[in-house]
Amino acid sequence: MNWGWQMIRGYAILVYLFMFLPVAVVVLLSFNASQFGSFPMTGLSLRWFVELAQNDAILRAFRTSVVLGLMTAAISTTLGVLASLALVRYRLPGANMISTLLIAPILVPEVVLAVALLLFLNFLGVNKSFALLLFGHVIFTLPFVILVVQARLVSIRRDVEEAAMSLGASPLQTFFQVTLPLMMPAVLAGALFAFTISFDDITGTLFWKPGGVETVPTQIFAMLRNSISPEINALGTVMIVMTVGLPLLGAAMARSLSRKSGA
Amino acid sequence: MSVEAREARQPWILLSPALTAVGLLLFVPLMFIVVYSFWLRTATGADVAGFHLDNWAEALTDAFYRDILLNTLKIAAITTAVCALMGYPAAYFIARSQGNKALLLLLLMLPFWISYIIRTMSWINILGVSGALNGMLLWAGLIQEPIQMLYNEVTVILGLVHFLLPFMVLNIFVSLDGIDTTLEDAANSLGATRWQAFVQVTLPLSLPGLAAGGLLCFVLGAGTYITPLVLGGPTDAMFANLVFEAIITQLNWPLGSALSLMLLAVLGTLVVIYNRYLGMAQLMKGLG
Repeated sequence: MNWGWQMIRGYAILVYLFMFLPVAVVVLLSFNASQFGSFPMTGLSLRWFVELAQNDAILRAFRTSVVLGLMTAAISTTLGVLASLALVRYRLPGANMISTLLIAPILVPEVVLAVALLLFLNFLGVNKSFALLLFGHVIFTLPFVILVVQARLVSIRRDVEEAAMSLGASPLQTFFQVTLPLMMPAVLAGALFAFTISFDDITGTLFWKPGGVETVPTQIFAMLRNSISPEINALGTVMIVMTVGLPLLGAAMARSLSRKSGA
Repeated sequence: MSVEAREARQPWILLSPALTAVGLLLFVPLMFIVVYSFWLRTATGADVAGFHLDNWAEALTDAFYRDILLNTLKIAAITTAVCALMGYPAAYFIARSQGNKALLLLLLMLPFWISYIIRTMSWINILGVSGALNGMLLWAGLIQEPIQMLYNEVTVILGLVHFLLPFMVLNIFVSLDGIDTTLEDAANSLGATRWQAFVQVTLPLSLPGLAAGGLLCFVLGAGTYITPLVLGGPTDAMFANLVFEAIITQLNWPLGSALSLMLLAVLGTLVVIYNRYLGMAQLMKGLG
């Protein structure tokens, strides 16, 4: 190991610290016993988590976010998996063009997407509502689902399906008994991705949400207007556990699923 | 219908729900705001349909909008440059590490999964008047009074770098990881120093990843309005803040449409130039 490599390593460690320290401080401060969301810490306590669990506004926001995230994941994943199947399984004229069209929602700045959708649906008579939020989240998460699912579908070999068909399975049987189980890790990964992105979104959500309805990120944003409270840090800790814990759990599940199915 | 014809139709049936969604929820709405940007906001609050150039005249000639657009591009450019300077060595370290590459990459990607608003506000805990840094400086006796380090352009850039760095690292890593390391060895054996080998062999080969990461950082950075609201001061508004103001606060939808389209035109041009020279495949590799 030469000194050049040591320097790169030291630099990389600093970059890691830069990424993690602020987040670690959020978690640390959420256990602070003090009234104020700040240093010095006066002791460890779970009181902010208890307050969190009793805060109606936050609980409502949490429910909204979870319902929105689940519905977004269900719709986005369905659309995304069907589209990915077409792109991966068939030789399509203009496949590149179609891919670019389908990922266009992430190439357009989210603010512009938010404005266009809000104004157009309002013109059609759909006011700011849960439906508008759902449409917005679906269109915004769809490209990510397609990218993730496509990347995993490529590795599923077609000859397994051909074997099932040649042994007398109908196309429908083949799909449900062979293809779908093999696709499950990809489907789960796509759904998790969609859920986390939806759960985290604030840029579009602030445009689409009706007055009085808050998701967790917009609720945090509204609370930040006053000052940073230990409660926000506690909520941040819960969010971190959800958005980091869930994908890790999902990755572990996907791995064990694909090991079982022998892929 | 023949079997071939049915076979040929199947992919289109699979694609139609997604294509319909993107068409109806993205492309038609985009065309709609082009039309809307020529409508007129009236004193009574109703928007009048028609072909009026007023919004465009205001958006394109008002020095206020131009200055904020330029400032937005400047902030996005600085953010991108800082991300590249911080991200390249980190990505290089991960790609060339003897240890568990996947774990090292996962660690740096973890913040990517942590909520954007949480990561943004986390800096208040560090830099705020009662934050960690002030606490340490006071404790060390270096300052007598807490200093307000927040709510300026530097903290906006800091917040953006913290948000966008994982995109940069991931894209550079994908590029570096695909380079055959024996190329560098070959350069060395031909007499190049390690530094020369890096500059003349590895760096050029990793440029597509750097460009993909740079494009993502720039476009995402230039389109943000949350970071300036949380970490910026009253004068640190970015262009997307103007859009938000026009649409949500002033309810001036025609003007908001024109401003959105201006932002789309500027950032879209970059995406098109990128696509022309490097293609979307590299970008998809980094995202997928």
